[in-house]
Amino acid sequence: MQPGTPSLLMKQAFLYSLKKSLPVLVSFIPVGLAYGILMQTSGYNWIWTAGTCVSVFAGSLQFLMVSFFAGGVSLLTVAAMALLLNSRHIFYGIPFIEKWRGYGPWKYFLIHALPDETFSLHIANDFDDGNERHKKYTYVFSAALVFLYWTISSVAGALIGRLIRFNTEGIDFALTALFIVILLEQLRGRDARIPALIALCSSLTCLVLLGPDRFILPSLMVTVALLLVLQQRRKEA
Amino acid sequence: MGVNVPRTLAVIAVCAVCTLLERALPFLIFRGREVPKVVKNLGAALPAAIITTLIVYCLRSYAASAAIIPQLIACAVTVVLHLWRRNSFLSIFGGTAVCMLLTQFVF
Repeated sequence: MQPGTPSLLMKQAFLYSLKKSLPVLVSFIPVGLAYGILMQTSGYNWIWTAGTCVSVFAGSLQFLMVSFFAGGVSLLTVAAMALLLNSRHIFYGIPFIEKWRGYGPWKYFLIHALPDETFSLHIANDFDDGNERHKKYTYVFSAALVFLYWTISSVAGALIGRLIRFNTEGIDFALTALFIVILLEQLRGRDARIPALIALCSSLTCLVLLGPDRFILPSLMVTVALLLVLQQRRKEA
Repeated sequence: MGVNVPRTLAVIAVCAVCTLLERALPFLIFRGREVPKVVKNLGAALPAAIITTLIVYCLRSYAASAAIIPQLIACAVTVVLHLWRRNSFLSIFGGTAVCMLLTQFVF
């Protein structure tokens, strides 16, 4: 095969995305299994599990949804809870508004498949074969792989979850570790240091003041406000 | 246990639409027009800020108890491994192994 042919590019892009996304697979194993088991014990078989993974693709919301299925809560309340729980996602597209222009229909898939895990892989995406347009394939492969990992681990939980006796406690740290590694790589660029410091102060303050369940949106709002103020002051200086 | 199919489908649809709306919001706002400079700059500063927030988010439920100790040790191991070898696999799986050992056998 000649270098630079489309199929070679696909293979390179796929292997790159596979390698970068493996920690996400590890971190999904316990969570996906737990989700599949929860659905199964609530009376929903693996088809329902796969359906929610494909259509919603948001871990914590999918857990919460199970308690809404039985009724007792109005759909308006469901909408409000869903919007609130994943409100942090409104910021995730901002770095990609221009990058993903011209990606055609794939853009819609990338937007649908944008939870914490794919967002973090996308900002760490350093695939570079000399053609900026080729990055598209690594974005799409990464999102598709994370999408598959989540769906497959959840379906596995629904089908064979209760047979698994392996103690996975602590394995979900793979996601925290992935985020730490991505942050360390970001911090190699000087421009990332002040935003990271602002976010650290803001999130810790909000965590202490508001508690673990409702700190993240206020924290991100404070961070964005401070970043905007900083930008303004730099312009004036 | 009986499954209420219309109700379940309605809940799934509402949650899917709400999630998609949130993820699409920035793209919808700047659809078909020039992205203002202030938003571009924000887009450049946000990755490091959001990933920092997500690390705190991952640790949030441990923060109030002794369970934070193995988590923080595992964080330190991940950082040290990464500064030492700069091999993402080693840092991530090394940190995770330490976290599993500590939570299952020590704490």
